[in-house]
Formats: sequence, C-alpha cells, structure tokens
Amino acid sequence: MSRRISQSYIYGWLLLMPAAIFLIAFTYYPAVATLAKSFFSQGTALKPSEFVGFENFAYMLDDDVFWKVAWNNIMYAVGTIPISIALAILMAVWVNGKLPLRSITRMAYFTPTILPMIAVANIWLFFYTPDIGLLDQVSAVFGLPSHNWLGDPDTVLGCIIAITIWKEAGFFMIFYLAALQTLPPELEEAARLEGASRWYYFRRVMFPLLMPTTLFVLINAVINSFKLVDHLFILTKGGPDNASSLLLYYIYEVAFSFLDQAYASTLTVVLLLMLALIAVGQFYFLDKRVHYR
Amino acid sequence: MSTIELSGITKRWGEAIGVDNVSFRVDEGTFAILLGPSGCGKSTTLRMIAGLEDVSEGVLSIGGNDMTSTPAADRKLSMVFQSYALFPHLNVEENILFGLKVRKTPPAEMATRLAKVAEIVGLSGLLDRKPSQLSGGQRQRVALARAIIAENPICLMDEPLSNLDAKLRQEMRIEIRALQQRLGMTVIYVTHDQAEAMSMGDKVILLNDGKIEQEGAPDVLYDRPATAFAASFIGTPPMNLLKTVAVDSGAAIDGTTVLEGTNGACLFGIRPEHMEFTDAGGIEVELVSADYLGSETIVAARVGDQSILVQTPGHVRIPEPVKARVTWDTKNVHVFDAGSGRRDDNVRALPI
Ligand SMILES: Nc1ncnc2c1ncn2[C@@H]1O[C@H](COP(=O)(O)OP(=O)(O)OP(=O)(O)O)[C@@H](O)[C@H]1O
Ligand SMILES: [Mg+2]
Repeated sequence: MSRRISQSYIYGWLLLMPAAIFLIAFTYYPAVATLAKSFFSQGTALKPSEFVGFENFAYMLDDDVFWKVAWNNIMYAVGTIPISIALAILMAVWVNGKLPLRSITRMAYFTPTILPMIAVANIWLFFYTPDIGLLDQVSAVFGLPSHNWLGDPDTVLGCIIAITIWKEAGFFMIFYLAALQTLPPELEEAARLEGASRWYYFRRVMFPLLMPTTLFVLINAVINSFKLVDHLFILTKGGPDNASSLLLYYIYEVAFSFLDQAYASTLTVVLLLMLALIAVGQFYFLDKRVHYR
Repeated sequence: MSTIELSGITKRWGEAIGVDNVSFRVDEGTFAILLGPSGCGKSTTLRMIAGLEDVSEGVLSIGGNDMTSTPAADRKLSMVFQSYALFPHLNVEENILFGLKVRKTPPAEMATRLAKVAEIVGLSGLLDRKPSQLSGGQRQRVALARAIIAENPICLMDEPLSNLDAKLRQEMRIEIRALQQRLGMTVIYVTHDQAEAMSMGDKVILLNDGKIEQEGAPDVLYDRPATAFAASFIGTPPMNLLKTVAVDSGAAIDGTTVLEGTNGACLFGIRPEHMEFTDAGGIEVELVSADYLGSETIVAARVGDQSILVQTPGHVRIPEPVKARVTWDTKNVHVFDAGSGRRDDNVRALPI
C-alpha cells in the first residue's frame, strides 16, 4: 500500500518537474536573489561584495532622483488610469450600441493596442517634434509659437501620459465590451419602461454590474503604469533632467548604465513591495463593493 | 382608460415579417392571453404594445389615445419579462422600488407602497436578499411586485411562468389571476401553453405565423375552433383531424360515410375525449398503444392509414394491436375545409 503511495508521489513530482524547474529558474530564484542582493554592497575588483544590511535602502531614501522618479510615476499613474478607464467605458458603450460600421469602429479603437509600444512611440514622436511635428504644424495655423514638447520638463510627462492613454484605452475597451455583452438586454428595457434615462441606467445598473471588470482593469492599469517603459527609450530616455523618468526606467539605468546591481536590486524590491501593497489594497477595499454574478 | 386596441399592426425586419396585420381589442380589466406556438410573434406583439419595439405599420391605441410611437415610459404600463430582468446587484427592496426612485417618489410614500406590495406578493421577509439568493418562484414574485408597485392600470407579461416547475406554475397561475381581479388590472399575458391560456384568460387571442387564427373566450376556442390549426392547438391531447374521402352523398372515413352536404375535400375533427368505445356501430379502428395518465388513458389507434387518439376512463392496457369500434356524438364533430383550414358549419355529421 505504502509503496503504491510513494510511487504515485514520485510520478506526481515528475509530472510537475518541467514546470517547476522553469518557474524556479526564471521567477522564484531571481526574485529571491534580488532580495538578497539588496542587502549587499556592489562588489568591485578591489572591494568584494559584502553584507551591508539596510544601507542600500538608506541610500535610496537620500537619493533625490529616486524621489523624483517615484513622484513622476505617481503622477503618471494618476494621469493615465482614470482617463483611460473612463474612455474605455465610453468607447465600449458606444460601440456596443447599434451603429453603422460597428465592427470597423471597434477595430479602429482597438488598433493602438496591437501596435508595439516602440512603434507607437515613433508615431507620436512625429506628433511632438518641434516645428515639423503635427502638433506644432497645427498650432502654427493659429499663430502659436513652436514648442519643444518633449524637451520641456513641464510638458514632457504630459506627453508621455497622452501616449499611454491613447494606447491603453482601446485595450481596456475590449474587456468592457465583453462585459457589456453579457448584460441581458432586458435589464435596459426594464429600466426604460420605468422611465430611467440612459445616464440613470448607466449609473445605477450598468456601471455597478461592470465593477468586476473595472477592478480587473484597474489592477492591470496600475501594474502597467509601473511596468511599461518601452516608449521612454525612444522618446525621452527619461529626460530632460529625469522629468519623464519612471521607476522601472530608473532601475534599468542604475543596473545597466551605472552598473550598480545592488542598488538596482534595492529599487526593484521597493517597486515589488509597492505593487504588492497596491494589489492587496485594491482587492481588499474594492472587493466589498463589487457584485460578482 | 386602459382599453388596448391594435388595428392592422405589422412588424417587419427588412424582408422578415414577425407580426402580420394583427387587430384586436382588450377591454379594461380584462385578462387577455396571447397564445400560439413558438415563433408566432407573441413576444413581438407584446413588445410593440410596451413600446420596446417600433411598429412598422398600423395603429396602437391605449385608453383611446394613439400611442403608436409614444416612448415606453409614457405608456403607463408595467411589464414582467420572461427572464424576470431583475437587477442582480440590487436587493429585493431596491429592485421593487427601482421605478419609484426613478420618478423621485417621496420616501414615505415609497415605504407604504413597498410594505403593501410586499404583503400582497408574500415577500415581506426577503426584502434584503439579492435575486441570486431567491428561488425561481420568489424571483417571479419580485418581478411581479416591481410591475404592480407602479400602480399602472396595464400589466404585460411575457411567459412569466415558463421557468417554474409544474406545481409552482399551477399555484402562481391562481395567484396572478386573483391579483389581477383584486387590482382590476388590464393584463395581456403571453404563453405558448394552451392549458395556462384556458385556465387564466377572459379572452384568448390565438396567433399562428404572425396572424390571428381566432380570438374569443376560452370555451369558444374549445367548443367552436375557427380553424383546423385552432382545433389542433387547443386541448390536450389535441383534436383528431382525419382526412375524408368524397363519396356521392358526402364524405367517408375508411369506407364509413360520416358527413353529408360536403363541398370538396374536408377534414373531420373529433376530440379524443368525445369518442368512446362501443360494441356495435361506430367505425372500426386498430388500437396500437396506450398512455396511462391516472384518471384516464389515452389510446393511440389507427383508422385505415391515419392515426387517432381516443381518451377513455380508467386504465387500459394494449399489449398487442387489437381491433375495436369507436363512436361519437354528432354534436361534437367539427368540419374544416381541407384547403383553407376554415371551419365549415354547413356540413352535417351523420350518426354512426
Ligand atoms: N430582430 C429580429 N429580426 C428578424 N426576425 C425577428 C427578430 N426578432 C424576432 N424575429 C422573428 O419574428 C418571429 C416572432 O418572434 P417572437 O419572439 O415574437 O416569437 P414568440 O411567439 O414570442 O416565440 P416564443 O414562444 O418562442 O417566445 C420569429 O419568427 C422570429 O424569428
Ligand atoms: Mg417569446
């Protein structure tokens, strides 16, 4: 009997092994290694790496650039998430209705999403270029002076935010569209018979029933706002004066430009902790308000 | 005030016709049934009355006013949907009060009306449950409560009982009917279940393929079906419709002359419950099988190459085909034109 059990244990573990090896090698080991590294100093040829406790974290708290990019990242999240979600809902409701060329409209809204971020950045570079870019050409018509949109610390983050909204709203729209199509049309008819306006119906019925989707989209949007930095490589490289740099881009710079892996690990640990905290918080606070069917 | 009148109502989607030139009138306080097989246009008719579907042609008037293109909310009617259409995220109380809140009814009045309606439909203890925590019958009551709290004179119901089991359906039929009489509502009730139609309706409007086959009181539809379709649709088991062969003096079934004064090919109709077995006379049939229902047995038989059903009291067993004779009273015979399916009262049934 016990042999049978141990045999099936071995069998089970063997089946799990391929997946487990990949998970450990590429997810758990790097995560644990990163955590470990954050407690060590960066080793050099003369001075080998040694345990320094929380010294890296202390350095981080004193690092002005860290505070700057952290603040940028918060502004970036606050600037992109609510607007892209609102736009996504608006577009989804719009293309869910009866309109001519509905599938083409849906496709058009979705197109920005399927483009790679690098390509998107190139398109928008054309919009933002001083003098010859689309924005300046249009503003020139109204006699406005030329403006270096990406070169001005005051406008650069706003430009990045606009790109992200443009790209993400269509993606989130797909989730809302899918959710809208599961709503029975009788609900809308029942509300209409009672004299509810479209806005009342949206506020009291549709939006609450979309809450599970909103929660899902919100978490994705938050994670994306810390994770998506591809466009910075093309557009600004974090400049000018770190005005458009985001946390992950800063981590990349620290690790591969300044070659300070220990400090990069520290920043990574902090980023992961923040994301974990946000996700837990969202589930905890919003779950109570979400009606799952 | 709440008389509903349809004149020449038609519904088209491009080429497809859902409802074809339908006219009928439902008087105030009447319980009217829209009856018919699946896809005959019952829901479409009801939805046009509600204002949820545009009318392609014809005039709809409610309480004497032309309401053909009035917005749904201004027609002063409530509707119970087949799927109930309860708002899943709102509890029973919020569901029932939805319409009153839309119309900004004062809270005190909402509370009294809610208490009254919850009492009527028997939901008082369940007001803070979500629809998903209710049984099918309870959900049905919530839908009903939401319809009656508006105190509209007209209530439309689209197969509200089709999701319930047989016993609950029976109970709810009685309750809905009692409620309608107590509140004096004008109800148009859609169903494809002819038993439901017969037991609930003051008036039955039988639809087939987008057109009205017959309209009238339930007993009229049963006693004097206007068409062969009405004859076969009303009554369980359905009426036997036998093809006849023309003979010089009339028409015959399997060699026995049963009708005189016929004019062309016709169908001979007799209900299973109006036939009985006999030792002499009648016509000869071959009994094939029996379906025991408790108080009676439905016997399937063959006359020549046609099948008929015969209802007989008690329990009959037919282990193997056997010959027998059946007879009927001539007053229970219905004759229909074989081509148009129209009832033909000029033909006389012969005693056999
Ligand atoms: N939007 C539409 N476009 C085209 N045809 C439609 C549309 N809606 C309904 N129909 C057709 O109209 C006819 C009547 O439909 P309706 O829903 O009124 O049937 P019903 O009598 O309620 O049937 P059931 O008992 O199955 O509910 C059907 O043949 C249906 O296919
Ligand atoms: Mg229907």
